[in-house]
Amino acid sequence: MSAPQAENQPILAVTDLVSGYDPGVPIVRGASMTVAPGEIVVILGPNGAGKSTFIKSIAGLVPKQSGSVRLEGREIAALPAHRLVHEGLAFVPQTENVFGQMSVEDNLRLAAGILPKAERAPQLDKMYGMFADLARQRHLSAGRLSGGQRQMVAVARALMVSPRVVMLDEPSAGLSPKLVEQVFVNLAGIRKAGVTIVLVEQNARAALAIADRAYILAEGRNAHEGGAADLWNDPAIAALYLGGGKLRSKEVPA
Amino acid sequence: MNLQFLVDGLLTGSIIGLGAIGVTLTYSILRFSNFAHGEFISWGAYATLFTSGILGWALGGAVPAIGPFSFGWTLLVAAVFAMALTGLLALGLDYVLFRHLRRRANAITAVMASFGASMALRSLLEFFFTSSPTYFSKKLQIAKQLGLGIRATPDQMVLIGLTAALVLSIHLLLTRTQTGRSMRAVSENPDLARVAGIDVARIVNITWMIGGALACAAGIMVGLLVQIRPYMGFDLLLPLFAAAILGGIGSVPGALIGGLIVGIAEAVAVQTVGAEWRAAIAFLLLIVVLIVRPSGLFGVRS
Repeated sequence: MSAPQAENQPILAVTDLVSGYDPGVPIVRGASMTVAPGEIVVILGPNGAGKSTFIKSIAGLVPKQSGSVRLEGREIAALPAHRLVHEGLAFVPQTENVFGQMSVEDNLRLAAGILPKAERAPQLDKMYGMFADLARQRHLSAGRLSGGQRQMVAVARALMVSPRVVMLDEPSAGLSPKLVEQVFVNLAGIRKAGVTIVLVEQNARAALAIADRAYILAEGRNAHEGGAADLWNDPAIAALYLGGGKLRSKEVPA
Repeated sequence: MNLQFLVDGLLTGSIIGLGAIGVTLTYSILRFSNFAHGEFISWGAYATLFTSGILGWALGGAVPAIGPFSFGWTLLVAAVFAMALTGLLALGLDYVLFRHLRRRANAITAVMASFGASMALRSLLEFFFTSSPTYFSKKLQIAKQLGLGIRATPDQMVLIGLTAALVLSIHLLLTRTQTGRSMRAVSENPDLARVAGIDVARIVNITWMIGGALACAAGIMVGLLVQIRPYMGFDLLLPLFAAAILGGIGSVPGALIGGLIVGIAEAVAVQTVGAEWRAAIAFLLLIVVLIVRPSGLFGVRS
């Protein structure tokens, strides 16, 4: 299935992906997604829908059994996880997404390893410009930072290599409401800088507020897709997948 | 009390420390206890003996010793060559054995397999070189008085210096280079390391090479200071693990300091209680540290 993307060639196109840890027991059972350059796409769905597995298998961390993943037209489904970042696809896991025993700076330098030597220092400065908190704490162990700051390190680590697409697995998990807001403001800012964003979220309200489009997965397959505002306003979908009553309001996200 | 135990302990401790660095790296990056690590020590010593023998033969007779030391330059060349060779042996063992178990089996299977590999490697040495001890050089060295009742041979002094240089370079590699950062990253979180663009298989190979090379260096030290025999490495295995655990699994400085503590404690025991207590002291220390500080002296994991 392909979403109407008449004017743009998709930057990321996932077709009929089947994946899971055990070959006999697929968790993702033929899910598809197309993402246009510069979009923010959010993947929603009930617990156990395979959202996390979907994004992790695109990132190369969960074995794929079949299906195609194309990044800017290039087939990348067979590439190992460590090659994907060279291709321009970065991933921020949900938990344990920083190296806690390393300093903030070592976390970022590690990611810079795939850049040419001359680009590493300027890129580090760019990240410190974008995340001023991290510049102040560059010599602290990342494990000693607060949850919100760790999330910042994780996102900065992914952005170090100037990826074309960043995928995030529940960036708001475990954060206070105020920090969640900050994370989504940051993501909107990153998109403005020209980075395409795909995120899996439980927090449908906050995610739909910044997203352009959303996919809803159920039982490892596509259940619905559409513009963020349309899904938000569809009471049937809200009741089924987006956390029930609290989203039934006709409020339109900004 | 005679201070001689300091030199003896420092030497034994350096040997144990060099071996323990390999144990701690393999454990933290590959997540299993490699009981065949002692065999890398023995194979390293025999590889050096064999290579220096061939060099001597090719040059038509033994090369004169350097200055006050018991060995000539052929041994130094052979040592470098044998370190690379032992690294390749470790890599080869991973290639034919551990790599497959990592994919399919659990950690205990890998540990048992390493026991088997240990026996096989040891028996091969006995087969090729017999079980009777041999030496790099039969030349006798006269110990020099260093004051305060401490005596040391020139060999002993230069080996302590070389150990310090080796350990310092490994420490700098781990803390200052991209390869070292990648090793620490893989040790902490392999999946996140892959996401960050690190080729984990390459890091695993580098880890085996470093562990094997350092074990070889330990083997050469044992060969120069004591003797070369097929069981030389296996006999060191338990002190190696004691040192790695004492220092905190995963910590390179910890492994060295753990080695020095075990070495010096052994030397003190030999001097005060009696030589038969030598092996017991490592475990007494280990038990005390594990009760007081279960993650080891420099450990970060609980």
